[in-house]
Amino acid sequence: MLTKRIITCLDVKDGRVVKGTSFIQLRDAGDPVELARFYYQAGADEMVFLDISATPEGRGTMVDVIKRISEAVFMPLTVGGGLRSIDDMRRVLRAGADKVAINTAAVLNPRLITEGAEKFGSQCIVVAVDAKWVEGLKWEVYVYSGQKPTGIDALDWVKRAVEFGAGEILLTSIDADGHQAGYDIQLTRAVSEAVGVPVIASGGAGILEDLYQVLVVGKADAVLAASIFHFGTYSIGETKEYLSGKGIPVRSQD
Amino acid sequence: MIVIIDYGAGNLRSVVNALAKLGHETKITSSRDDVLNARMVILPGVGAAGDTIVNLRKLGLVDPIRQFIAENRPFFAVCIGLQILLAGTEEGGGHDCLNIIPGRVKKLPPDLKIPHMGWNQVKQKLSHPLFAGIPDEANFYFVHSYYAEPEDKSLVVGETEYGILMCSVIARGNLVATQFHPEKSGEYGLRMYDNFITLAHDG
Repeated sequence: MLTKRIITCLDVKDGRVVKGTSFIQLRDAGDPVELARFYYQAGADEMVFLDISATPEGRGTMVDVIKRISEAVFMPLTVGGGLRSIDDMRRVLRAGADKVAINTAAVLNPRLITEGAEKFGSQCIVVAVDAKWVEGLKWEVYVYSGQKPTGIDALDWVKRAVEFGAGEILLTSIDADGHQAGYDIQLTRAVSEAVGVPVIASGGAGILEDLYQVLVVGKADAVLAASIFHFGTYSIGETKEYLSGKGIPVRSQD
Repeated sequence: MIVIIDYGAGNLRSVVNALAKLGHETKITSSRDDVLNARMVILPGVGAAGDTIVNLRKLGLVDPIRQFIAENRPFFAVCIGLQILLAGTEEGGGHDCLNIIPGRVKKLPPDLKIPHMGWNQVKQKLSHPLFAGIPDEANFYFVHSYYAEPEDKSLVVGETEYGILMCSVIARGNLVATQFHPEKSGEYGLRMYDNFITLAHDG
């Protein structure tokens, strides 16, 4: 049976992890390679790296970081942040990424999804969607790191993104993100039922019950969590043990 | 020499990295001579079956691959690499493939999320040296929308459930093929490559 994936995510700027982590056991908790190795050994099923560098130099550094990570860990790696063209995608895939996540660029130019899918296969193209609830109306897509509303209905957008060739949706609730009060279950469920591709739920994990809820009620195929892992609130092992105890299929490492 | 075939697509680096981790040097190549002279060959797979076949033809690699396998030399095919070994696929409106293993490649049932993406268990149907040190039902990383159905069921040494029970590992002499990506499947994936290399040296 296909297991539910537990995914963690690192924000990387100019080759360094930002927002910090509190792994005292690591020599350098700001080194993305060392953190990737830590999570690989801890049993994470997949990792997402978001490049938030603002300069071409910073992005160049990211390619090198991905190269080093892919030499150190043998698990699926997704890279997002600032990918605007097929060339950008090729650069990180060649470096060792398995998938690329595109967000703003996909909204501005949905053909990029199709071109990417044709070049590298749909399974490579993750469309990341940041959505915010507009009271009594709909979930609206935001772009530019959740700063700018687009007027686009998130449910319409995910369906179109899949038609364009997206192989997976990485869904972040802007309302829930950062509050550690649970994922947006309704949003996740609506998106998961709207598309035939896997959906990764992101934003809002606080306690392990939140992960369970979004997988079962929200029908997510995978859960992404950052803070609860980075700050050691829960380990990946504990998380999987909890979910497994509640009947969720997860990958064990024995 | 271990040769990794480059046909213009695919995440080759991951395969290189996995073998490097096991202490093996590899050569990435599109040259037919390199393939014919190799000690063992890995055909990695990411992308579309149709493109893969077209690219292999363009590069003149189809015949060297056929010959290499016909001579029962050690060959490891991954994902799309496995699928193109069959006679034909439903992918992309239908394509003829290499027919090295009789059988068809079919679309996964539509009632589940497609692609089949993530970690799933491989049931070991036979005890095979490829599985040495790997427990039955160990998880491997899959990403695919089509699956292979070899006519000769005795070649299917591993199976995986996703709506249907499908072939996930094929073995015929020194030809082995996996639907999942060993290079993305953690320590058991590395182990499988290691087992293949051991098998190749012994065989």
